[in-house]
Amino acid sequence: MTTLTGVETAIRLVYLVAAVGFVLGLHFMRSPATARRGNTLSWIGMALAVAVTPFYLTSVPGTSLDIKPIVWIVIGIGSAVGAAGGLFSARLVKMTDMPQLVSVFNAVGGGAAALVAVVEFMRMFGDSGDMRLDFSIPVGLDILIGSVTFTGSLIAAGKLQGWVSGNPIIFPGARVLAGISAAAGIGGVAWLAVAPGWLPFIVLTVGALAFGVLLVLPIGGADMPVVVSLLNAFTGLAVAMAGFVVENPILIIAGALVGASGSILTKLMADAMNRSILAIMVGGFGTTDSGGGAIAAGGGSTRLVSADDVAVMLAYADKVIIVPGYGLAAAQAQREAGDLGKLLEEHGKTVYYAIHPVAGRMPGHMNVLLAEADVPYEMLKEMDEVNGDFDTCDVALVVGANDVTNPAARRSGNPISGMPILNVDHAKSIVVIKRSLGFGYAGLDNELYTNPKTGMFLADAKKGLTALITGVKEYL
Amino acid sequence: MTPQLLTDLSMFVLALLVGFEVISKIPAMLHTPMMSGANSIHGVVLVGAILLAAEADNPAGYVLAFFAAAFAAMNVVGGYVVTDRMLGMFRAKPVAAKKENDK
Repeated sequence: MTTLTGVETAIRLVYLVAAVGFVLGLHFMRSPATARRGNTLSWIGMALAVAVTPFYLTSVPGTSLDIKPIVWIVIGIGSAVGAAGGLFSARLVKMTDMPQLVSVFNAVGGGAAALVAVVEFMRMFGDSGDMRLDFSIPVGLDILIGSVTFTGSLIAAGKLQGWVSGNPIIFPGARVLAGISAAAGIGGVAWLAVAPGWLPFIVLTVGALAFGVLLVLPIGGADMPVVVSLLNAFTGLAVAMAGFVVENPILIIAGALVGASGSILTKLMADAMNRSILAIMVGGFGTTDSGGGAIAAGGGSTRLVSADDVAVMLAYADKVIIVPGYGLAAAQAQREAGDLGKLLEEHGKTVYYAIHPVAGRMPGHMNVLLAEADVPYEMLKEMDEVNGDFDTCDVALVVGANDVTNPAARRSGNPISGMPILNVDHAKSIVVIKRSLGFGYAGLDNELYTNPKTGMFLADAKKGLTALITGVKEYL
Repeated sequence: MTPQLLTDLSMFVLALLVGFEVISKIPAMLHTPMMSGANSIHGVVLVGAILLAAEADNPAGYVLAFFAAAFAAMNVVGGYVVTDRMLGMFRAKPVAAKKENDK
């Protein structure tokens, strides 16, 4: 064993401290009361790890290869440009646009990891014309995963932003092309491993970049929580591979942590949508299920109610559960939903917000939107936590949520069978704010709407909630 | 297999397990900040970008290293700032209005 110099030892220990900071940072996220402190710990760890790295370059024998000034310029200006871009977008982003921003950060993270492998390949292979197997495998995997994440996340961000159609994009031969590009990427890794060279390198890179695009294009907008989570896991793995490439423990540990978090979220989201990850990756809704086979139970009629009717119901209720869905966010009505809840609570009513895991465009998105609207986090309830409460609830107010409230999910034989839903139909009375009597994402009639307990309040989420706030004030 | 690779691999597997353990305890309420926080953690690839830039010795290498550093810095700075912004919005009820008997 070679012993490390003093400086190198110190640097290695700082990396260890940083890794501890990352783990503790995630650990403290288990409660909203401590989460912010956790994030602070995490960034302190990060700042330390980044700050000591230049010293590693200058003072560790064997690596101090007389670093040219241009290197410092490249690192300095590159980091400054990137940091400024990150800072501005992070400060300015609207909370509804969070999924896009996270996707972009994912893309650049994956891209950076892939670039690390590309530079390493050029250096090692370019210098000696050969590469050891324990380098060529991680280099190949890093380029593969990093490139797929890079283009895939950019397409996902484009879809979320509306620059790329949110509908599944499928053109003739798309599946075949996706298969070929995937084969080129994976085959390229194996080829590069056994016979390092420029040709396998190019096949791998081009295949992986193309596969990222072709993987995400056919996926529908509503499946985005799964896609964003999966790409997050990919970036983590790409960064871990970059750690193998540069033999740096902090990259390996951080990458593995992120890989784990992305994998867990992907599984949770897919379960909450009642779909397998594979089914989502292979194509959007309606392309795999026969969308026409609706199962309208009894085809009952709906009952329309006015703002005034609903205001009376709310004013005389003791317990109200508000069920926000993506429609609420699309109408930018978080603030109104928050104000209504606050008003009711001030008059002694128990108010909860029942949040389905896939409400929003990324995991947990709805909670952030409501937190921004000053809803205290004690009022935000997860599905499993709140489902029992519907039994004792006087009014359930559904705003912009559809499939996740459809009791049809409890029966077999339809596209949402088995999907975990909110037990809105257990409430004593139900009000649904909806623009029109249209279909949800699964193309199904919502049996909740024809339930005799349900009143349909046809209005835009924002205007409807504003009308309710005015109305409730009159009766309280 | 070199001892170095074996050590790295062990670290990778153990960190994955730690990740599963820690993250499965995070409530759904915080999944967005958690994801964005995890996102900033993978910005640590900036360390890798700095290490590699030092070894670049031709214009193509410098350009790639520049982009790697810029991408990674955007990831890490933006990620932490936006996570902090989000977490700052999660507020508890004012103590006066609190009632614990509503379960």
